[in-house]
Amino acid sequence: MRGVRRAPGIAGAGSRGPVSQASLLRLYHRFRALDRNKKGYLSRMDLQQIGALAVNPLGERIIDSFFPDGNLRLDFPGFVRVLAHFRPIDDEDPGIRDPKEPEPLNSRMNKLRFAFQLYDLDRDGKISRHEMLQVLRLMVGVQVTEEQLESIADRTVQEADEDGDGAVSFLEFTKSLEKMDIEQKMSIRILK
Amino acid sequence: MTYRVGEAHSMGFQVFVPFSPWSWLLLLVALKCPEASSDLNESTNSTAQREPNVRFAAAGSEPDEKISVFALDYDYVQIPYEVTLWILLASLAKIGFHLYHRLPGLMPESCLLIIVGALVGAIIFGTDHKSPPVMDSSIYFLYLLPPIVLEGGYFMPTRPFFENIGSILWWAGLGALINAFGIGLSLYLICQIKAFGLSDVNLLQNLLFGSLISAVDPVAVLAVFEEARVNEPLYMMIFGEALLNDGISVNISAIEPLIVFMFSYLSYLAAETLYLSGILAITACAVTMKKYVEENVSQTSYTTIKYFMKMLSSVSETLIFIFMGVSTVGKNHEWNWAFICFTLVFCQIWRAISVFALFYVSNQFRTFPFSIKDQCIIFYSGVRGAGSFSLAFLLPLSLFPRKKMFVTATLVVIYFTVFIQGITIGPLVRYLDVKKTNKKESINEELHIRLMDHLKAGIEDVCGHWSHYQVRDKFKKFDHRYLRKILIRKNQPKSSIVSLYKKLEMKQAIEMVETGILSTAAFSVPCQAQRIHRIKRLSPEDVESMRDILTRNMYQVRQRTLSYNKYNLKPQTSEKQAKEILIRRQNTLRESMRKGHSLPWGKPAGTKNIRYLSFPYGRPQPAGRDTRVAELTDNDSSDSELPSIMFKAHSRAGILQESRLTQEIIPMKSLPRGGKPSHFGYQRNTSQEEHDGRGRRGALRPKPLFHAVDEEFESGEESGEETSAIRSRWSGEHRPTRQHHRSHSPLLQRK
Repeated sequence: MRGVRRAPGIAGAGSRGPVSQASLLRLYHRFRALDRNKKGYLSRMDLQQIGALAVNPLGERIIDSFFPDGNLRLDFPGFVRVLAHFRPIDDEDPGIRDPKEPEPLNSRMNKLRFAFQLYDLDRDGKISRHEMLQVLRLMVGVQVTEEQLESIADRTVQEADEDGDGAVSFLEFTKSLEKMDIEQKMSIRILK
Repeated sequence: MTYRVGEAHSMGFQVFVPFSPWSWLLLLVALKCPEASSDLNESTNSTAQREPNVRFAAAGSEPDEKISVFALDYDYVQIPYEVTLWILLASLAKIGFHLYHRLPGLMPESCLLIIVGALVGAIIFGTDHKSPPVMDSSIYFLYLLPPIVLEGGYFMPTRPFFENIGSILWWAGLGALINAFGIGLSLYLICQIKAFGLSDVNLLQNLLFGSLISAVDPVAVLAVFEEARVNEPLYMMIFGEALLNDGISVNISAIEPLIVFMFSYLSYLAAETLYLSGILAITACAVTMKKYVEENVSQTSYTTIKYFMKMLSSVSETLIFIFMGVSTVGKNHEWNWAFICFTLVFCQIWRAISVFALFYVSNQFRTFPFSIKDQCIIFYSGVRGAGSFSLAFLLPLSLFPRKKMFVTATLVVIYFTVFIQGITIGPLVRYLDVKKTNKKESINEELHIRLMDHLKAGIEDVCGHWSHYQVRDKFKKFDHRYLRKILIRKNQPKSSIVSLYKKLEMKQAIEMVETGILSTAAFSVPCQAQRIHRIKRLSPEDVESMRDILTRNMYQVRQRTLSYNKYNLKPQTSEKQAKEILIRRQNTLRESMRKGHSLPWGKPAGTKNIRYLSFPYGRPQPAGRDTRVAELTDNDSSDSELPSIMFKAHSRAGILQESRLTQEIIPMKSLPRGGKPSHFGYQRNTSQEEHDGRGRRGALRPKPLFHAVDEEFESGEESGEETSAIRSRWSGEHRPTRQHHRSHSPLLQRK
């Protein structure tokens, strides 16, 4: 496994791939550094040992997003797949993109989908009021009372909810964020 | 703002601070009076002394000296007395400045210091007092300058600095040159015009003046930037520029050779001895030394170093500014309209030229170019400060017959830039940012934005830090493998977050062992009956207040640069926030475990009530557990061992369900020693709830957390090496007891 120039398992690495070639190599080194016992894959624990994540209010959820569908192991392609969402959008691509190809992972839609699944824990495609409340609780300090939180959650759902079902669907979520510069907010420069 | 007072207290100033400006003035005058009156006293004393002497002399051989009961010998203590007075004064002024909340946002602190200095100068001038010769070349270079530079280097956020170092060097080096030569040459051309009466100022003098006037003072600008939360690369550009700029600009004349604080001073002196830039030497020393110093000294020493450094540099800066103020009010000025006006004009013009031209070039090579808006901010942040003044003041009169004119011009430029630019740069930055924050964001957007910021920060942490520079990565590897082993002691100082975590764990462990029932802690989520979902009509004020609540109470995103502010030692809020998050998570996990959740995204059935499940493990071996508790919590390396057990349990049980539930580490840890049956039994009963949680608990342990706040390295890497070392030790000990357990394969393989 030493001195591998091409990281295993990533198809079509290159400027059109999930991440650039140079970043791929770096991510591979990072993957190996995180993999304590040299198991060849990452477990939740490995990610939990990143100190800064422990004090991130969304730390647990971020880790969960690396382990979709109840997986216990994170292999390198999976690792890259998640991180590819955060690659900065390349400005020259849109015109040349082949419509038959799947949408690149770092498109705006896919970035939004990634953010959406942080809220939608039960994967029903909607953010219920309860889920919104849970996220709020995570993100707000203890001095805010429960009533205040509930009313804020109410209001949040209410603002975005257009069809009145009391929950925020993915489309409604997208719509409420249409003015925001998602591309910039969810891009990490080193993944360029 | 209580922090501010706290700082003062720790510096030993137990001072009651009067608020009203008039009482300030009164205080000032009161302090100054002794100086003024001392002159009178001296003259009366001497005349009084002469007469008795005459009498005594006539009387016979009496000693000339008179031993008086009460006399005022002011000359003896004049210098230290006045210097101390000035420092005290400026410190009081600073305290007052920061206590009054609105001021720091309005104007940079330099403004205040200059005003105080000018006041002092006015008083000294008014009372016709001969101020002590504080400022001469050797004192400045040997004593006043090094602390300022040392502090600048020590508190510089190194990673962003080195990431942007190409641009910084390009901009600082070339920019300084362009500015210096540009200003110098233009002024020379102006001087050639006969009408202004400046023909005797030659090219060399102009060039020298140009170089000293182009030195930018970072302090004022950075303090205001703090308010505006300018982005990181921009921050580093300005900071880096100023730091390097100081180094380049001050090194004009020959510097007399000479010899934490003495180490840095020695380096400074050593570099100066070799006629190299002492400033850059002391900066490099501070930057390199900082990492190792921080890791090696105890928490209290670390704090002491920081505070002492701040204090020293504060004192130096104060003295320089006061002296500047003192010399403002005085007779040694020469006012030449043409020279001064053109100096001002050229300073701005050349700065604009250098900024836009140089950044245009360097933007071609940068991954993330600086926008025009950023460049405008950099241009506008060219605030001159004490550095330029000191240099101007120290110009030798022999070479510069028109020194007074230069000094006056420098003072004008400084006053102009500090006051006008310093005060208006805040509004300017806010104005330029306005297109982002102009429209009031809905609550939705606020929440989502903050969530995305946290998400981004988290993913960045997962990615770890890497730069585009091979050299830096290589240095990091080298440093990590060799230097750190040599230079850093084994027992790490514990940060407060770490000790908090330990305390929490101990507390929980004891609870579990003693009662088997967990009590709710203060931060547990209060239970409420399910509310009926109704859609309320909310008034705009309600929405407004909601938005307010959100903005004020949402957790801050981890800042990379730790909001560097020269006048703030450490961001206390982020540590408090981190602790809060940790505590809450601890409690949430504990409660979820009690409710019997398996999946994090299962229906939250039990949210409303908190049921106390008795611990299925029961208490077959309370004694065993007790001793384990004591033993394990004492053991420093216990944290790192847990993941290995966790891992083993996972693979053996083959549990595929991850849960967020936690379990006590201690009982689980005792299992291998407890023997086989209990272990298996334990497994069956409480399988999915405990395993992951345990690992989680274990993994959240201190070592990486210690670096949570200021992280240079990827915490993954550094703790990885240590913990694997520790783990190998541990597993070596316990291998025999685990023979009958089947799944040590992972551990064995690793070995």
